Amino acid sequence: MANTSKTFTPPSSKRSENQEPTENFTNVGTPGRIFSLLGGTALAYYGWKKKDSSLGKSLTTAGAYLLLRGVSGFCPVNKALQIDTAHADFEGFEVTSSVTILKPRNEVYQFWRQLENLPKFMEYLKSVKQIDDKRSHWVAKVPKNIISKETLSTVAWDAKIEQEEENNRIVWRSEPNSEVENSGEVRFTDAPANRGTVVQATISYHPPFGVAGELAAKLLNPAFKELVKQDLRRFKRLLEAGEIPTIIGQPSGRKDENY
Amino acid sequence: MNYRGPFRIRADRDKPVPQIEHPYDAIVRVTRSLICGSDLHLYHGMVPDTRVGMTFGHEFTGVVEEVGSGVQKLKVGDRVLVPFNIACGTCPFCKQELYGNCHESNPEATAVGGFFGYAHIAGGYDGGQAEYVRVPFADVSPTVIPEGMDIEDAVLLTDVVPTGYQAAEMGGIRKGDTVVVFGAGPVGIMAARCAWLFGAGRVIVIDHLDYRLEFVKNYAYCEAYNFKEMDDPVVFLKKQTDWFGADVCIDAVGCDASGSALQTITGKKLLLQAGSATALHWAVNSVKKGGIVSVIGVYGPPFNMVPMGSIMNKGITLRTNQASVKRLLPKLIDHVMSGRLNPKGIITHRLPLEEISDAYHIFSAKRDNCIKPLLIPPRANLA
Ligand SMILES: NC(=O)c1ccc[n+]([C@@H]2O[C@H](COP(=O)([O-])OP(=O)(O)OC[C@H]3O[C@@H](n4cnc5c(N)ncnc54)[C@H](O)[C@@H]3O)[C@@H](O)[C@H]2O)c1
Ligand SMILES: [Zn+2]
Ligand SMILES: [Zn+2]
Repeated sequence: MANTSKTFTPPSSKRSENQEPTENFTNVGTPGRIFSLLGGTALAYYGWKKKDSSLGKSLTTAGAYLLLRGVSGFCPVNKALQIDTAHADFEGFEVTSSVTILKPRNEVYQFWRQLENLPKFMEYLKSVKQIDDKRSHWVAKVPKNIISKETLSTVAWDAKIEQEEENNRIVWRSEPNSEVENSGEVRFTDAPANRGTVVQATISYHPPFGVAGELAAKLLNPAFKELVKQDLRRFKRLLEAGEIPTIIGQPSGRKDENY
Repeated sequence: MNYRGPFRIRADRDKPVPQIEHPYDAIVRVTRSLICGSDLHLYHGMVPDTRVGMTFGHEFTGVVEEVGSGVQKLKVGDRVLVPFNIACGTCPFCKQELYGNCHESNPEATAVGGFFGYAHIAGGYDGGQAEYVRVPFADVSPTVIPEGMDIEDAVLLTDVVPTGYQAAEMGGIRKGDTVVVFGAGPVGIMAARCAWLFGAGRVIVIDHLDYRLEFVKNYAYCEAYNFKEMDDPVVFLKKQTDWFGADVCIDAVGCDASGSALQTITGKKLLLQAGSATALHWAVNSVKKGGIVSVIGVYGPPFNMVPMGSIMNKGITLRTNQASVKRLLPKLIDHVMSGRLNPKGIITHRLPLEEISDAYHIFSAKRDNCIKPLLIPPRANLA
């Protein structure tokens, strides 16, 4: 926790550079972060709805940034908040999405089970490394600032495969005390009439810090759901067509822009 | 070329050369490139999400300059014709040979597949009115130009010939049928010519540009009439067919049609519908009961007003699609090599790529008896 939080030191933080967050940092008196969080969520959500325009993209980026600022600012007290009673009965959020892929089940399963493959189609994942058969290290991208869309700081966590049945199901969960607390399950079933494999992914995440987090997550949930859906769509294209066809990278005749 | 907004197109020497982005890409140096009626819909600002900065052009031939690591069939130096549809070759639609409806090549759409040089609703891929093009899925559609084929014939095989042919094919023409083609542009001309290959007994072309009517009469051995000289084209065609109606009608005009004030005002001025559907109305109303209307002219989102009541009550079959170029190529290459089809006969203008903005103007304004303009890039004739 301590080392990853460095990446996330919010610019507005009054903490000095080398001072690590301390245990007495609570959510009292952090309206700035709550504002970041809610504002960021709203922006990201609004931006997502307009995601095809460049304005939409910047808004999503900006929103995601603010959101993560809010989140990261609270991270150091994550642990403390988990013993918060208001938080205890809250289950977190879950999104489920599925797609049918015209490939045999074992092929689809094997591709996914090779966790290193996931960043090939999950837009916000930077890398996944398998540490051993069950455990893996995940790194996700975080937008750096609004104007330059350049990469990005990262957030990392470790996850563990809790259950797996070959060609059927994989269940994973982030290790306790992860910066991003999440878990997921992906199921593989035969589609009817030899139409390939149905992949159903359920991803849950637990927003930190009680009510504000819950509200933020609620607002952001449609965007998150869309993200999961798009990732699955990309997964399908990667497996079926061998690549994810895009015009990303294509030069534009418009100055300072691509495609 | 660089699209700057409706009616504004310019040559752009500063646009960077495209790079290989995926293992199945190839980079092609363009040798010939055509402007199409479909480009005019873009030029006239009729197609949603046409973005400034784009390069149009979906009818081109070229030389392979570079291939991605996954490309197996094409080699550097191959002279290829590149069908306008971008197709992955493996999705269920490509497997049914519906290469114009590839499920993968157009990330955002559920209708049309990816095209070169069209609006972002067709994927937004930069096209061939340029010196270099990135060609995705290079092993699927691009076809090596057969030994002995004229490059001007080859470039017309990327769209116009298969499109005209498919228009006639979708008409389900039977021996002796009367076929009416609306539109004497390159597509209509080719459709009229191909109608004979399916056994048509009579071919009638309708347009309002006398020079095109004159041209099509000679090129496609058909009758040709000017709708401006008729009170009502539908009544005219009924009379021509003993009040039966034509067996098959082909709409080779699409959403930019003239001829009806109501359609033009609602479609092109007020934008209450996606362009004007005049030719489609005429086609539906002049085909016989139980006849087939083949729509090859392009219509776009969101919708057009269509006389559904006539379609229903006359029992009309509507058939339509983007041409599936790759499917038709083997047959059409044979028709061209054997001399049954002479595509390059429709090219009327040959201009350097630098003069692209003039070329668009001439073609759009139907100036100078223009039927089909060909663009030749400066590097076209490098060894
Ligand atoms: N489906 C496909 O795969 C495909 C491929 C290429 C082109 N197209 C479409 O085919 C159509 C024709 O293309 P083109 O290159 O020949 O274009 P074009 O603009 O050169 O030709 C259109 C012709 O239609 C005439 N016209 C206008 N209104 C008319 C009416 N009401 N009745 C009869 N004629 C009328 C015009 O005078 C013109 O000669 C366009 O819509 C184009 O987008 C479709
Ligand atoms: Zn065309
Ligand atoms: Zn396909």
